[in-house]
Amino acid sequence: MEQVEVLVIGGGPAGLTASLSAVKAGAGVTLLEREARLGGQLLKQTHKFFGSYKEYAGMRGIEIAEKLTALIKEEEDKGKIRILTEAELVLFYQDQTLGYTYKGVLKTLKAQKIIFTTGASERMLPFPGNDLPGVYAAGAIQTLMNVNGVLPGEKYLMVGAGNIGLIVSYQLLQAGARVLGVVEAMPRIGGYLVHASKIRRMGVPIYTSHTILEARGKNKVEEAVIIAVDTKYKPITGTERILKVDTICLAVGLNPLGELLEQRGIKFCYIPELGGFVPWHDENLKTSNPDVYIAGDLAGIEEATTAMLQGELAGLVVARELGYGNLKEQNKINLIFQRLKEFRVGPKSEKTREGQLKLING
Amino acid sequence: MRRILIHPILKFNFQKLIIFSYNGKELTGFAGDTVASALIACGITTFHHSYKLHRPRGFFCAIGNCSSCLMEVDGVPNTRVCITPLKEGMKVNTQQGKGIF
Repeated sequence: MEQVEVLVIGGGPAGLTASLSAVKAGAGVTLLEREARLGGQLLKQTHKFFGSYKEYAGMRGIEIAEKLTALIKEEEDKGKIRILTEAELVLFYQDQTLGYTYKGVLKTLKAQKIIFTTGASERMLPFPGNDLPGVYAAGAIQTLMNVNGVLPGEKYLMVGAGNIGLIVSYQLLQAGARVLGVVEAMPRIGGYLVHASKIRRMGVPIYTSHTILEARGKNKVEEAVIIAVDTKYKPITGTERILKVDTICLAVGLNPLGELLEQRGIKFCYIPELGGFVPWHDENLKTSNPDVYIAGDLAGIEEATTAMLQGELAGLVVARELGYGNLKEQNKINLIFQRLKEFRVGPKSEKTREGQLKLING
Repeated sequence: MRRILIHPILKFNFQKLIIFSYNGKELTGFAGDTVASALIACGITTFHHSYKLHRPRGFFCAIGNCSSCLMEVDGVPNTRVCITPLKEGMKVNTQQGKGIF
């Protein structure tokens, strides 16, 4: 059977930086990506990133994906990394043997260290009609419009005023669609106000303390019913309002995507601040299995900037475990700890900080 | 539903046509499409029906995770069309129930 030193699962922001840092430290890396292209969710992010210039602030996600892909292709040309696209991990056995499908054929390999950067999946919201075609996850609509150039409808209702809901609303407007409203069950907007102001200036109402009651339509969404909620998030009868939309976009949060780790017996903790069930991990991103590491949204829902930092960290630590790297790599590890800390000081990272505390306390 | 022709940031390359069939009918998409994006651009939103109540099911997650978009593609049932790249001559069919193997 094929043997590899480091196996990275997922070619998104965390997986790309993990692969790069492990390779640069001297380890042999194989990267599996399910899609035909590398970049993960960066491929659809047309907005400019905030934060520090060291972490690509001012660049759009699509540009960061291009840059990271170019860097990793350089290593591939030098023969230092093996990149498999259209490769999906399907099996994970006790002895570090993994099975994956590559262009439809099942293959197996054995890895000394594995870094999982499988990201997250979008949450569903329970309401009548939520299974109708036309009710789509926000990230899914982003893929359709920004990667495939397809607008699935003309008139939208956005559910959720976190950053994803606000940014996707703006991107829908950029693509030429109409957003009839954004509903948010919380009494205030969850995302950055700069994103909220942008869509408000363009005439999109944001209804806080409101939720969706029902999606109606025969074979497809034809209208949505929204309703005000009280301080206990209970709908207030008599405040229903009908919006004539053809598409309902759900931006109600993400759950870490780690079923294979769970099946393999790796310890999970329920930490709502990090997005629900997350694999337990230490500050080096090592899970309860000493050969399995995680990075990015799988380690707790945050954003691409911290995913890239975590990926870099996991790659360096794994290489160190295998005996690669020296003082330079150790300095980099220390620097990443510092940058992660700096990035998480703001009020928007309060949840992450609380979640991290819960992790440390088990 | 429509293709985005004008966009302030992105430029889409709708140059290379891809012809495929949907329930025997000839449809067109473009290079770079998934089966799902091509179908939606053609106005098709119901991909299959739920097993018990036969309610229409369509696109949802776009990452191959939710199983809302299962169809029969080139004879293979339960294909997740949201992550299946569109290819010339593909035969895409609505699946009956849990699929016929």
